[in-house]
Amino acid sequence: MEMSQYLEVFIEESREHIQSCNENLLKLENDPDNLELINEVFRSAHTLKGMSATMGFEDMANLTHQMENVLDGVRNGKYKFSSELLDIIFMAIDHLESMVNSIAAGGEGKEDVSDAINKLKMIESGKIVNQSDTTQTAEIDQANISKTNLNYDQFEITVLEQANEQGYKVYEVSIFIRPDCLLKAARVYMVFDVLEKIGDIIKSVPNVEQLEEEQFDNEFVVTIVTHDSIEDIEKKVMKVSEIEKVTVVPLKISDLKKVNNEDSSDEQKNVSQNVEGQKKKEASSAKKTTDKKITLSNKTIRVNIERLDALMNLFEELVIDRGRLDQIAKELNHQQLSETVEKMSRVTNDLQSVVLTMRMVPVEAVFNRFPKMVRSLSRELGKKIHLQIIGQETELDRTVIDEIGDPLVHLLRNSVDHGIEMPEERLRKGKPEEGTIQLKAYHSGNHVFIEITDDGAGINREKVARKAVEKGIITEEQMNQLTDKEIFNLILTSGFSTADKISDISGRGVGLDVVKNTIESLGGTISVHSEENVGTTFLIQLPLTLSIISVMLVEVQREKYAIPLTSIIETAIFKKSEIYYAHEQPVIDFRGKVVPILSLQEIFQVPKVIEGNDYISTVIIRKGDKLAGLVVDSFIGQEEIVLKSLGNYLTNVFAISGATILGDGQVALIIDCNALIK
Amino acid sequence: MPVQTEAKEQKVVVFSLNQKEYALDVQHVVSIEKMQHFTRVPHVPNYIKGVINLRGVIIPIIDLRTRFQVEAAEYNQNTRIIIVSMADKEVGLIVDEANDVMNIDMDTIESQPDVIGTERQNYIAGVVKIQDRLLILLKLEKILNFQED
Repeated sequence: MEMSQYLEVFIEESREHIQSCNENLLKLENDPDNLELINEVFRSAHTLKGMSATMGFEDMANLTHQMENVLDGVRNGKYKFSSELLDIIFMAIDHLESMVNSIAAGGEGKEDVSDAINKLKMIESGKIVNQSDTTQTAEIDQANISKTNLNYDQFEITVLEQANEQGYKVYEVSIFIRPDCLLKAARVYMVFDVLEKIGDIIKSVPNVEQLEEEQFDNEFVVTIVTHDSIEDIEKKVMKVSEIEKVTVVPLKISDLKKVNNEDSSDEQKNVSQNVEGQKKKEASSAKKTTDKKITLSNKTIRVNIERLDALMNLFEELVIDRGRLDQIAKELNHQQLSETVEKMSRVTNDLQSVVLTMRMVPVEAVFNRFPKMVRSLSRELGKKIHLQIIGQETELDRTVIDEIGDPLVHLLRNSVDHGIEMPEERLRKGKPEEGTIQLKAYHSGNHVFIEITDDGAGINREKVARKAVEKGIITEEQMNQLTDKEIFNLILTSGFSTADKISDISGRGVGLDVVKNTIESLGGTISVHSEENVGTTFLIQLPLTLSIISVMLVEVQREKYAIPLTSIIETAIFKKSEIYYAHEQPVIDFRGKVVPILSLQEIFQVPKVIEGNDYISTVIIRKGDKLAGLVVDSFIGQEEIVLKSLGNYLTNVFAISGATILGDGQVALIIDCNALIK
Repeated sequence: MPVQTEAKEQKVVVFSLNQKEYALDVQHVVSIEKMQHFTRVPHVPNYIKGVINLRGVIIPIIDLRTRFQVEAAEYNQNTRIIIVSMADKEVGLIVDEANDVMNIDMDTIESQPDVIGTERQNYIAGVVKIQDRLLILLKLEKILNFQED
């Protein structure tokens, strides 16, 4: 297949265009008169049509073609932009999306799109949109066309005058191409060919470049000087196929001059107004240039993630060798060698940050599909919801991005379904009719936080607590002891759904615990905060990257282990005499708290070669609000390390979450503190 | 039981262990490394010695002597780690010595004689006699599968 090499590009670009359609359409809903946005959508649809036709995906081409027609109508003011119209276009886009997905999965991208096409056709024939509106605007269009007087500049007028003097006649030829014509540029070329044979073309609107790029609707106007009669011109042009109509209007040069003079006097009158206009223009052009800058800085190339992984691996090797080189240079005590190694260290440090940031992707990649989702959900439920997205430029490691999508979908659905109340209820509570869901992402330290806040009903403590007792998640006793926060977090446990009405939008109590598990498997945490009738916030904390973490390196006898800094509270040294025993379990008194201590030497069965002294060194770790002290032999220090898995052969090693390669090339195991605290 | 005879020739890596010669299908062999420092991993079967860093990838290593339940030996200059890969798993096998790579005729592979020890039979796919050498062909999947026993 020759096409296969383009297929990937096709899929990528189609997705981009579909996404941009989605975004712009949503913006349009709030700003229906923004021509720029309509044009943007139109262009995307047009490109999609062209691409899919080239690749031979007919259903896609047909659908986009129909979409294009409707969008074109919107652009020309033929149809009013309404939510109903938007729904139909969204339906079409959904079809497109699933077709692209099927193509990506190796399918043929065939789908029954007749429903969407029919609806789009109905819009076209004006059945959905107010009939009188369409006919009126259509009439106006007609009137405009018959009057068409192109604007000619001085030079063109002179040329026309001279032609007139030499006995040529000047005509404006308006050519209408059939709307279903697929290769408009080719037809234009043929029309020009015909016209050039019978006379000279003075001007065309749109100009030739735009015509060649098909940047016009179904109509264009050509000014021609010729000896032929009106009928002859019409007949000859009509011979070109797919031409719907040709009208030829003779042009009087004297009229042209008048128009021009009026224009210039008008211009003078308008000078004062123009100044203001110009200011506005400047402002808008300034805005445009900044827009351009943004697009320029976003110049990107696509790189397969596997290549980045390979680069990362190679880089790690380099780091390890650098460590060795460093050691050798120290041993040899050779000054020049040491200097070179030092310089290399600095370069590799910079390289490291480059390699790491290369894997970072803005969360936008996940967020951008939510506005449409929330919109369709809220329409389905008859709620009014505004989704506010903040911080979509926040960057996260690609691997985290890939995993975080589904949990967020669950949470948003939950907010839409259970959080935000029906409009009437909101009004009754004295809240604005339209509910707000805020999706916010931001960096903090080595973590990225994602917050989903709604201003809905909030969580009813009693309801949750009773349900939890019913389901046997907590006991009656616990119900009264637990804090609000603890109760709220119960909704994240499995087998929980408090909605009185089960809808297919948010789950049947299977959703939120899956969310929790996914986030925890990414090394993150999730918590719920809520206030009744004010709203609910889900707070997700995620590690910036999965591949690099900060650890504390410790030595247990002769073995080195890494403890993730995120679970460490602090390190402490105790005298042996300070150890107490509670039921055989050694404990220490740490800042007034009784903390059990665990010997890593015993847990990991490390061969004993060093005898301890009177002091014990501990690393105090935490899981939730439980603490434990890990007994080690010495602290080595804090380090940023690259997290590696133990491979597919060694899975589920107790209390070991992975391994890392140290500067000297040796492997250190990373302790999974969560497994050590029950 | 005759072993499959589709391909006429098979390339194998030959290594020795406890004075016997063994052979592994070369398509599973990634590389042969010298013995190097390894990190012990707690709570794993005793024949898994630990993990090594092989050019930035962490690979578990298995001591074949322990795996075959023959007496352990000191690692020395000749000790090699044969890195093998099978079904997404990469593992290093510690052997006494890696000798060479040779072609063997598939037709000459005989099923294992019953007299060879009992425990180890699981791992053996067959034996080949080449001149005066006896090669024991190993079943890699049995060696790697530690859940079974």
